[in-house]
Amino acid sequence: MNPIQTLKRSLWVFHLNTGSCNGCEIEIVATITPRYDPERFGIRLVGSPRHADVLLVTGPVTGKMIERVKRVYEQVPDPKVVMCIGTCGQSGGVFFDSYNLKGPIDDVIPVDVYVAGCPPRPEAIIHGVVTAIAKLERREGGA
Amino acid sequence: MSWMEDLLLLGIGGIAVSVYGVVAGLLLLGIDRKLVARMQARIGPPIRQPFVDVQKLFTKQNIVPEHAVAWLFNGAPVVALVSSLVILLYLPIGSIPPVLSGYGDLILIMYLLTIPALALVAGGFSSGSPYATVGAQREMVTMISYELPLAIVFIAIAWRMSADGIGDPFSLVTIMQYPLWGLVGPLGLIGGLILLFILLLVTPAELSRIPFDTPEAETELAGGLLVEYSGKNLAMFYTAQGVKTLVMASILIALFLPWNPSGLLGLGGILAAGIDIAFFLLKLVVVVFASVTLVRAMVARFRITQVVGMYWLFLGLMGIIALILLGIDAIGGA
Repeated sequence: MNPIQTLKRSLWVFHLNTGSCNGCEIEIVATITPRYDPERFGIRLVGSPRHADVLLVTGPVTGKMIERVKRVYEQVPDPKVVMCIGTCGQSGGVFFDSYNLKGPIDDVIPVDVYVAGCPPRPEAIIHGVVTAIAKLERREGGA
Repeated sequence: MSWMEDLLLLGIGGIAVSVYGVVAGLLLLGIDRKLVARMQARIGPPIRQPFVDVQKLFTKQNIVPEHAVAWLFNGAPVVALVSSLVILLYLPIGSIPPVLSGYGDLILIMYLLTIPALALVAGGFSSGSPYATVGAQREMVTMISYELPLAIVFIAIAWRMSADGIGDPFSLVTIMQYPLWGLVGPLGLIGGLILLFILLLVTPAELSRIPFDTPEAETELAGGLLVEYSGKNLAMFYTAQGVKTLVMASILIALFLPWNPSGLLGLGGILAAGIDIAFFLLKLVVVVFASVTLVRAMVARFRITQVVGMYWLFLGLMGIIALILLGIDAIGGA
């Protein structure tokens, strides 16, 4: 039994907000609506990081969130994928150079896939998941 | 040597029923997810999705939290899965009598039904998370609420049968032989329909599905009882959920829809058993659709106080009315 083969057909997603403006959250919720229906690929949102395979991180990491982000990352069981949703997590976006930012996200935890946009469209988020699956397959091929 | 043969038969039957329970249970979960998706105008996951989920969970890392009581935390999922499989040994499949028929009846099944839920509660308390503790408390309250209507259903049916002088009324084999609908007059028919309605509403609470999923409550308790579970422990709880779905649907079928088509078609032997099992699986899908899928797609979650009020006042009262109707029916008919 190949772990990646089953993992990519049953990705459970946990969403973590590290100080986002809620724009990305609304787009994530739009992604799981019947219009896009990611459940047909086995993707579903779960309530606990312990159940998750994919960690969706939104927002520029604020000073208060830095320890929590690390803890939630450690709570997700291996193998796992981290996706950074939105421009904030990559550069700070409109909050760039603020006094209370400790981001970007990849300074705090390792990120596998970046989805740019402020906020990114649901199509972009789905494309990010597809990229994540492709990356898992590459990692499997390399290993 | 007869006890050795019995033991051998029990072993083979036990393994066969376990395989059947896991496969059919996960299949029912998959059909349920597909049907909900179709009702929400979605394409939905493939029917084998629960199998993929379980397979994936077995390959994931299994984390035991630092604050957890490790032996209880790891033992609870095993107990939940095994105890729900044990109930299946007491339930008939199609026209095949239960593996352990003669060793237990409805009263034993009622006690056994509490064990998977108790295992969930023990696992929740032992995981050392406040979310899981609140979930475990809610699960206990839910259990206390639905026990009363469930007991009324079992007792009403058995009492009505004993009123007609049928021996051993709590045995499921007897209940399958004399369906309730054949014994009663018009008043009893209404009573029986009320009992069927009660059991249909007890089923989602027993399975902690929407609208009675207050113990798990993904949006408020982050998964509640199961919040700290991952990897193979979560996979076992997931499988136990499927087996429990199968168990509840089988109980409902045994009590209220026990008919088999082989008698009507005049078949015998292996062919009859096969057709009965196929028809039984069809009945399972219909029952799960009516009691879990349809309700889940239509309504939102109840608060825990509303759950208690609903089961004790509303369904408890309806159960007593059904009991009285069956009583009048028995006196009038005799």
